[in-house]
Amino acid sequence: MNIAKPNSYRSGPDDRGHFGIFGGRFVAETLMPLILDLEKAYTEAKADPAFQTEMNGYLKNYVGRPSPLYFAERLTEHLGGARIYLKREELNHTGSHKVNNVLGQIMLARRMGKKRIIAETGAGQHGVATATLCARFGLECIVYMGAVDVERQQPNVIRMEMLGATVMPVQSGTRTLKDAMNEALRDWVTNVHNTFYCIGTVAGPHPYPTLVRDFQSIIGNETKAQMQEVEGRLPDSLVACIGGGSNAMGLFHPFLDDPSVEIFGVEAAGHGLTQLHAASIAGGRPGVLHGNRTYLLMDADGQIQDAHSISAGLDYPGIGPEHSWLHEVGRVNYLSATDDEALAAFQLLSKLEGIIPALEPAHAIAKVMELAPKRPRDHLMVVNLSGRGDKDVPQVGDILRGKSK
Amino acid sequence: MTTRIDTRFAELAKQGRSAFVTFLMAGDPDPATSLEIIKALPKSGADVIEIGMPFTDPMADGPSIQAAGLRALKAGMTLKKTLELVRGFRKDDNATPIVLMGYYNPIYIYGVDKFLVDAKSAGVDGLIIVDLPPEEDDELCLPAMKAGLNFIRLATPTTDDKRLPAVLANTSGFVYYVSITGITGAATADSSAVSEAVARIKRHTKLPVCVGFGIRTPETARDIASHANGAVVGTALVDALKNSLDVEGRATGKTVNAVAELTAALAQGVKGAQQAAE
Repeated sequence: MNIAKPNSYRSGPDDRGHFGIFGGRFVAETLMPLILDLEKAYTEAKADPAFQTEMNGYLKNYVGRPSPLYFAERLTEHLGGARIYLKREELNHTGSHKVNNVLGQIMLARRMGKKRIIAETGAGQHGVATATLCARFGLECIVYMGAVDVERQQPNVIRMEMLGATVMPVQSGTRTLKDAMNEALRDWVTNVHNTFYCIGTVAGPHPYPTLVRDFQSIIGNETKAQMQEVEGRLPDSLVACIGGGSNAMGLFHPFLDDPSVEIFGVEAAGHGLTQLHAASIAGGRPGVLHGNRTYLLMDADGQIQDAHSISAGLDYPGIGPEHSWLHEVGRVNYLSATDDEALAAFQLLSKLEGIIPALEPAHAIAKVMELAPKRPRDHLMVVNLSGRGDKDVPQVGDILRGKSK
Repeated sequence: MTTRIDTRFAELAKQGRSAFVTFLMAGDPDPATSLEIIKALPKSGADVIEIGMPFTDPMADGPSIQAAGLRALKAGMTLKKTLELVRGFRKDDNATPIVLMGYYNPIYIYGVDKFLVDAKSAGVDGLIIVDLPPEEDDELCLPAMKAGLNFIRLATPTTDDKRLPAVLANTSGFVYYVSITGITGAATADSSAVSEAVARIKRHTKLPVCVGFGIRTPETARDIASHANGAVVGTALVDALKNSLDVEGRATGKTVNAVAELTAALAQGVKGAQQAAE
């Protein structure tokens, strides 16, 4: 594909929210005025030092940032190649990177005077983060979650309810994340006057992909500084898993203009790329869904296809539009890992490092197991450990005991 | 450019009455029955026909229309077959305007230019694409106007006076006022709020204003038609269709009539209303 290389990979989107042909604002008219208000509120907040100061306070004392950059010595020895560092986003309050973005959006919602917050969630990590910050700031919280995900992510459903949120199981369609997002959009269309939609990933109509990316970029900014401190230089490669792609975008974005840094995003290949999977870039093509143009899994008639991943958080037929663009301009290499590979990585990291990862970043670890041995011993590789595995323990336990698969 | 839509509204204005606009999903419950139903609509009093293009993820539609889309997809409906449906209807009726309503992705995947040529040649007059606001006019709205198709825009209670000119700028055929903030079939339209909103929109445009979402009965239809240039009914017709199906979701001998009868009753309601003063 003949696409001109930009001067900066970090300058997007344009003023209409496009990254190349991707992104945009494909929503019902009812929502447009609110989306334009949100864009204005975000632009003002960004320029307001008080907003950043307040946010930094919560990031430090409530979320527990900075998250450590941990040298995984035993994993490195085991794989026998690159020096592997884990960016420990799973140590954040609520157990994943999701809280970084939710904090930012809830602070925006407060600035906009919105008292009712809605969210969609797959694995429940975004739902838990949203329920947590709504509890902290006394806001009503409704979380849409596919009925299938409600079943397989029970621990997080219970957590959300304990935090005072209402979890709405979604029975339509495939009863997973895609349908939860449809239901959240329907709620928003209905309650647009008092409701803020807290989107969990770098997708949706402009300005969401941008503002979620900005709130998550703290991951990459910290990584840069921490690596400088321990190794005195930039990392050589970055690896992160991708559903919608917010943890990946957060790690990648600050490094996009550093040409020496190789970047790998890992999609969920489910049962394999020729079967049921959730790898939108590997197995999809550009289309329009949920407010943006991006790579989607769909049939020849433009109907959206079911995604499948062992990980509820990656089980989505699309990907954030900036990732689609980074794929087409060739800045990021998008790979994929199957359910089985993720399970193997889940066990390896648990046993070697005493860290039980969520099934989502286990996909990233699975590719590290392939990439790291092929790299020299002075190669610095950072993996985003985006969430912890507590939520997945019952599901993985069942699988390992052969009860289900 | 004068389309069938322009001609129809001009005729109705002469008669001093408002339009009755029906919505049904293409291919629901199967392509053959769907064609029969569409053919029955003008005889039952429909002045303008909106046909839904089925989509897996209709984010602004309620459960009834969502289920109708899934029934159609299950019965093998595609965008190509939707255009064939319109072509089939045009064999007997060259006057009733046909408006396709749906979401952008199937059209984008079909190919915008090819779609516009094929839609025009099949006898489509206008398009309502729910997820293409004026901010995305380059995608389909401007090419559709060039191709001689009306691009009918939705205006909603959140579309304020400041935003209305942008919404109306490239709109043609008619303006579709969504009477509630919400999904299709969810709430009942409030007559006085609708009247106010229609008057507000008419201060910005000479186009006919049709009102939809929340109209289920002949009484509401009459009420709304007295304030607007047209009343749109979708969910109630889709529900009547659904209630006529067998337990497997297949058409029965009652299906076509069930829709036709409700159409006739609603049309009576609309025709009983005096058109809103211009």
